[in-house]
Amino acid sequence: MATHNIRVTVNGEARAAEVESRLLLVHFIREGLRLTGTHIGCDTTHCGACTVLLDGTPVKSCTMLAVQADGHKITTVEGLEQDGKLHAVQEGFWEKHGLQCGFCTPGMMMTSAALLARNPNPSEADIREAISGNLCRCTGYVNIVKAIQYAAQKLKEAGHAA
Amino acid sequence: MIPAAFDYHAPGTLKEALALLTQYAGTAKVLSGGQSLLPLLKLRLGQADHLIDINRIPGLEYIREEGGYLKIGGRTREAALEESEIVRTRYPILVDTARVIADPLVRNRATVGGNLAHGDPGNDHPATMLALGAQIVAVGPKGERTIPVDQFFKGLFTTALEPDEILTEIRIPSPPARSGGAYVKLERKVGDYATAAAAAQVTLGAGGALERVGLALTNVGSVPIHATAAAAFLVGKKPDAAAIGETARRAAQASSPNQDRRGSVEYKREMARVLAARALTKAIERAGGH
Repeated sequence: MATHNIRVTVNGEARAAEVESRLLLVHFIREGLRLTGTHIGCDTTHCGACTVLLDGTPVKSCTMLAVQADGHKITTVEGLEQDGKLHAVQEGFWEKHGLQCGFCTPGMMMTSAALLARNPNPSEADIREAISGNLCRCTGYVNIVKAIQYAAQKLKEAGHAA
Repeated sequence: MIPAAFDYHAPGTLKEALALLTQYAGTAKVLSGGQSLLPLLKLRLGQADHLIDINRIPGLEYIREEGGYLKIGGRTREAALEESEIVRTRYPILVDTARVIADPLVRNRATVGGNLAHGDPGNDHPATMLALGAQIVAVGPKGERTIPVDQFFKGLFTTALEPDEILTEIRIPSPPARSGGAYVKLERKVGDYATAAAAAQVTLGAGGALERVGLALTNVGSVPIHATAAAAFLVGKKPDAAAIGETARRAAQASSPNQDRRGSVEYKREMARVLAARALTKAIERAGGH
């Protein structure tokens, strides 16, 4: 069985591991690193529950091999909070009730954080387009859109304050 | 889901990748974006003993106009195509196409070359490339060759690529003035394969008649349908509603869809007709025809 030694930076921390060729990135994150905030939903590249950032770009971690992440930076939902302070997106989902069961939420927030990093002032259409690869079966998306708009506003205010 | 065991190779050069493909001939698959291949391996609908990951090879992602062609590196991500200034301003049909492939997260990984090399008649780039008259550049142990895209799709999941070749570039002839193109897709939901879709690329002549017409259909046959006879019917004609309607009808006749969860044979053929007319109308509009 072929294995590979990989080095990845996960939420700012350097990690090294020996992984089997066929190990999926999401299994490495959840079972290897015990970071279970990243969820497995459909497991067929549809739902986006497993979304993580690969060098800042949102990708579905069920559709990538762990060995492919060698040398790259991964950010999971556990990496959004900084110094005990919630990321604006997390605050938005809390304030605007952007979740019900919460299963899609980690992936939804990773996509949202990446959107706002790229486009600080998204229209509602931009937001809906950006999250179109993340499925939510509870909310009907209305409060998710509000949560992301809230986060955009918060980040803008923080930018002005800084 | 976990794929069956395989060996993974991450060559740093195209030469190394080709040597590995030759060494493991017939048991290796090229891993580009992986957004079709990995789900297939996970579902165990596909199988490979060796994956040759081309993601560590420099120089396979680019979009540039050169020598009368738009050249797209085989590993260019769909997201890069959507964002490219050249593509947005000069090749809107490619933006139409990229934007309806799967979803934005998938498009951050999925590649243009992979979308073609996979040979899935449900993929969106094949029809667009047929309409554009593109060429596929493949590199193998014997060197590089160029395959006209209308000779590329051989059957369901089968292309003209040899097992020891890698698709490295797509070349699209730069369209002359008064050209336009469009891709129109009907899908049940974001991320779905097309119920049907149509790609049209046209050039208008000085008198307002059509000088060149490229027309092709997605997911209404075991290969993408290149509606050459229908396109030939429109050449030399003024693009009025009657001529467009008749061309679309002929294109739909050339399709051979299967009944599945996306609809009956009759429904899909009718949608192919409607979408072909819409794609032609939009292409002609973009060419400055209306």
